[in-house]
Amino acid sequence: MIVRTPSQRAALLDRSRTVTVVGASDKPLRPSYVVFSYLRTQGRFAVYPINPGVGEIDGIPAFSSLAAFAREHGAPDIVDIFRKPSEVVGIVEQAIAVHAKAVWFQYGVINEQAIQRADDAGMDVVVDRCLKVESARLNGGLAAAGLNSGLITSRRTSR
Amino acid sequence: MNDREFGFRTRAIHAGTPPDAATGARAMPIYQSAAFVFGSSEEAAELFALRSYGHIYGRISNPTVSAFEERMASLERGLGAVAFSSGLAAQLCAVLCVAQNGDHLVCAANIYGGTITQFGVTLRRMGIETTFVPGDDFDAIGDAILPNTKLLFAETIGNPSGTIGDIERLSAVAHERDVPLCIDNTFASPYLCRPIEYGADLVVHSATKFICGHGTVIGGVLIESGKFAWDSGRFPLLSDPSPGYHQLRFTETFGEYAFLIRARAEVLRDVGASLAPMDAWLLIQGLETLPVRMERHSMNALAVARWLQSRPEVQWVSYPGLPEHPHYERAQKYLRGGAGAIFAFGIAGGREAGRRFINALQLWSHLANVGDAKSLVIHPASTTHSQLSDVELQGAGVAPEMVRLSVGLEDTEDLIWDLECALRASSGQSSTGSIT
Ligand SMILES: Cc1ncc(COP(=O)(O)O)c(C=O)c1O
Repeated sequence: MIVRTPSQRAALLDRSRTVTVVGASDKPLRPSYVVFSYLRTQGRFAVYPINPGVGEIDGIPAFSSLAAFAREHGAPDIVDIFRKPSEVVGIVEQAIAVHAKAVWFQYGVINEQAIQRADDAGMDVVVDRCLKVESARLNGGLAAAGLNSGLITSRRTSR
Repeated sequence: MNDREFGFRTRAIHAGTPPDAATGARAMPIYQSAAFVFGSSEEAAELFALRSYGHIYGRISNPTVSAFEERMASLERGLGAVAFSSGLAAQLCAVLCVAQNGDHLVCAANIYGGTITQFGVTLRRMGIETTFVPGDDFDAIGDAILPNTKLLFAETIGNPSGTIGDIERLSAVAHERDVPLCIDNTFASPYLCRPIEYGADLVVHSATKFICGHGTVIGGVLIESGKFAWDSGRFPLLSDPSPGYHQLRFTETFGEYAFLIRARAEVLRDVGASLAPMDAWLLIQGLETLPVRMERHSMNALAVARWLQSRPEVQWVSYPGLPEHPHYERAQKYLRGGAGAIFAFGIAGGREAGRRFINALQLWSHLANVGDAKSLVIHPASTTHSQLSDVELQGAGVAPEMVRLSVGLEDTEDLIWDLECALRASSGQSSTGSIT
């Protein structure tokens, strides 16, 4: 299913525990590193880097592929993708092969064929969104930065 | 979480202020603290490197101030907001976020005097040049935009003429040249107009005025739409490596949030013009009643403007809510729910009659501010501009007979009663007035 609404994204994050960041960089200025590092220090998800080109990121060993990750940890809940749009069809095939539950295409990572394939395979699909921003929207991080979280509630939240 | 699109009035009361997570307090607490403890050294490092969100030090952010910022972002339909210690600080920091020594701005000429001196004198001394162009001359505005131009600046409602900025056309002229449009929306407030809906990229406010609403706070706020492409190469402050942040490129690392993060983490941090938590709290309170106040302000202003039109002591009335105003149609398009509280009229007898009029008022307050619940009045020729001769006044665009009103929320009849007594006094008649 293509996940389009804020409540669907919130529900997806709620039921997910394991996130693999495909294309995570060990360079502190790269967006993929910033997202990886944020998710890891928030402690809400178990976060693993997938990148054959780096040994480890912040002490977390990187896996060379989703298949290598799955051999050790089983199916990830979310496959978060930071790769060129032209390369993502293959990553979606790998995600399907390891029975990942959702694929998350980061800002600008848009490939219609890959989106269609993931949707057809029954996965939840988020397109052109940032996993860091959407988590921060729900945990109050965005609000702390004066950003519009869109949250309106009279209920006490745990943020 | 649900997907309902809540209305403006609901967001004016709720956006940014869910019950306090720590205590359950339903009203927004005033977090009167200069600094905030870190959970761990690792968390501190993440916060300082801008990899995580959270409060470090009150010059950069504070929970009460953030609540005000989020509410403003919601009301203006922006991506986010940064609050400042005054309206002028907000627009200075908007400029400094995109421009540096050697850069250039284009500004509509019929604009608040404080903006003219900030841009034309102080920023010029710092090496940022501004070309002032009549706000309705779209060809001239386009021609004034140079390769080093970083911003087009204009107002929703001009002061005191009541001219309405044609935001759609201004944004088209700016965007054709890859330049963002910044609108000073102070006189309209987000209740009457949301410039982002017409193509503005940045919105600034003197929150001192209608956002506060009671004349108790000096404050400002800057809102960004999140839609402008800051990575075109025209804005190296946003897209080149930042020496202040370990060579980070804001556009690359933060995507659509690049402008807002830089405005806070570099510009507000270094300029230091932050809003105080107590003042943010007063502004949060003010926003809750913004819709009802703006409707009432506009109703009272229209009634007063119509009444003034009927008076022999009055030469002209310039209120965009009157069909005779040259921008009446534009006001109908851009201002929803009224034409605002502020307008000017000409008093027969010029400078001397204006002085007598002001001195005879009992209810209207004679002061240099607008946007208060109390009705306010000023006669520039006998106060702010009193050193100028009549000829010099005309040169400054201030007519000797011009009186500016900011119509408050009092009973309409009482406001008119006071004006009538003072108009009689201005023309040398008995000042008892009619009892209405
Ligand atoms: C239209 C407009 N913009 C900006 C400002 C500056 O705001 P502040 O006095 O809060 O710095 C004012 C203040 O009079 C104003 O009227």
